[in-house]
Amino acid sequence: MTNTAYNTERRMDELDRIPDQTVIPWSVAFSVSWGSLRRRFFRSLITMAGVILAIAFLTYMLVTDDVTNALILVNQDQLNILLQKADVDIIAATGTDKRMMLLIGLSLFTCLVGIINSMLMSVTERIREIGTMKCLGALSTFILKIYFIESALQGVIGTLIGLLVGFVVGFGISVHSFHGYVWQYLPVVEILKSLGISAVIGALISVVAAIAPAQWASAKEPVDAMRVEQ
Amino acid sequence: MATEAVKQAVRDIVIRAIGVKRYYGQGDTVTKALDGVTLDVYRGEYMSIMGPSGSGKSTLFNMMGGIDAPTEGMVFIDEIDVAQLDSYELAWMRCHKIGYIFQSYNILPVLTAMENVMLPMVFAGLTPDDARDKAAGILTKVGLGNRIFHRPYEMSGGQQQRVAVARALANDPAIILADEPTANLDVDTGREMIELLVELKRTDGITVISATHDMKMLDVSDRILWIRDGRIDRLEERKNLNIRVGGIDGRKL
Repeated sequence: MTNTAYNTERRMDELDRIPDQTVIPWSVAFSVSWGSLRRRFFRSLITMAGVILAIAFLTYMLVTDDVTNALILVNQDQLNILLQKADVDIIAATGTDKRMMLLIGLSLFTCLVGIINSMLMSVTERIREIGTMKCLGALSTFILKIYFIESALQGVIGTLIGLLVGFVVGFGISVHSFHGYVWQYLPVVEILKSLGISAVIGALISVVAAIAPAQWASAKEPVDAMRVEQ
Repeated sequence: MATEAVKQAVRDIVIRAIGVKRYYGQGDTVTKALDGVTLDVYRGEYMSIMGPSGSGKSTLFNMMGGIDAPTEGMVFIDEIDVAQLDSYELAWMRCHKIGYIFQSYNILPVLTAMENVMLPMVFAGLTPDDARDKAAGILTKVGLGNRIFHRPYEMSGGQQQRVAVARALANDPAIILADEPTANLDVDTGREMIELLVELKRTDGITVISATHDMKMLDVSDRILWIRDGRIDRLEERKNLNIRVGGIDGRKL
């Protein structure tokens, strides 16, 4: 026993020289995440659909609002008739619509819950993979990185598509309703601002939704890899 | 001189378990998966562990791999007391000291054979370029030189298990822990796998510990351990056992 203790001390010195695992290039984590996304393409698509719909809805509402507000300010008879035909309440429209805000907020929240749910399922599916990586010497931070990158990628791609869809639909409908007036009084700055707001909210949702599943995944134990069932 | 001899004797033990107990649950419902196992595994030996399911075989296996901690008792892996390690040091030990081979291969499906073997090297701090060279060498050594860039679904079970062996060898471990490595393979590929493990034991002096029911694996073992109800039932040298592996229709099993 005493001899073992002696040698244990000697070996413990060896442990002091453990290299820092934070040197693992992000590219390695990125390639694992990207591979997982591609392999589960349809699952990712469903997760992304949540972000796309929410961000498209938000962008559509904001862009339409920008255009109609700009046109209301013009206050021209011909245009006012068009606005009334399009069911725009000229007097009330300049303030923010509380009910609309609630609706947008709810849709964003639903999307958040959707991404979290989808990512948690993806973690459960891959408990064995996570355990295997831990058996190979992966630290929890590496697992955290992988899952974080994965949800962030889904969020970013979803947000971009959502922005595009929302803008095209919102702007298209505006052009259809108000014809050339839209181009004549185009509120460029406001629209750009709205797109920016949508992008930031999309990014925020993706990051917030990524935290819980990534944490959960990184806490998995390597013992799970040794279990044969599943 | 005497201390030198003692040190020599100690160094030859690669895993030492002392009175290891592992209980699950508490109070009346406690399950004693391991109930006091004391065992020395020597460097460079091939040990097989036998036992029915529920015997504590897997639990002992996990203890020796440093992926489960005993309720009572001590486990030394390559003279390191596992209980004293934090999660960071445990990860380091799993990375450098132990190579795991699983019954169901557990090759990461999104990575190529090469990337699978490179992963533990990257965890160990090698640059991707160095890791790539080393991984190619190891894959060639296990007979997969022409499958380096294939993905798991493009490979047979035997080839996947070879990738797993290459991955286990990535950081020149002292110990290879193989959990029924031939259970999912057919007879011929199973035999090739066993030959590969024996070869590694002989040329690189790696300690191989495997849980198995495969008679062919018992045949090549140096020692065989039987576990029953969380205790050591029998521990025999291969030469004291009468194992004969036969054949069928002129083919070797």
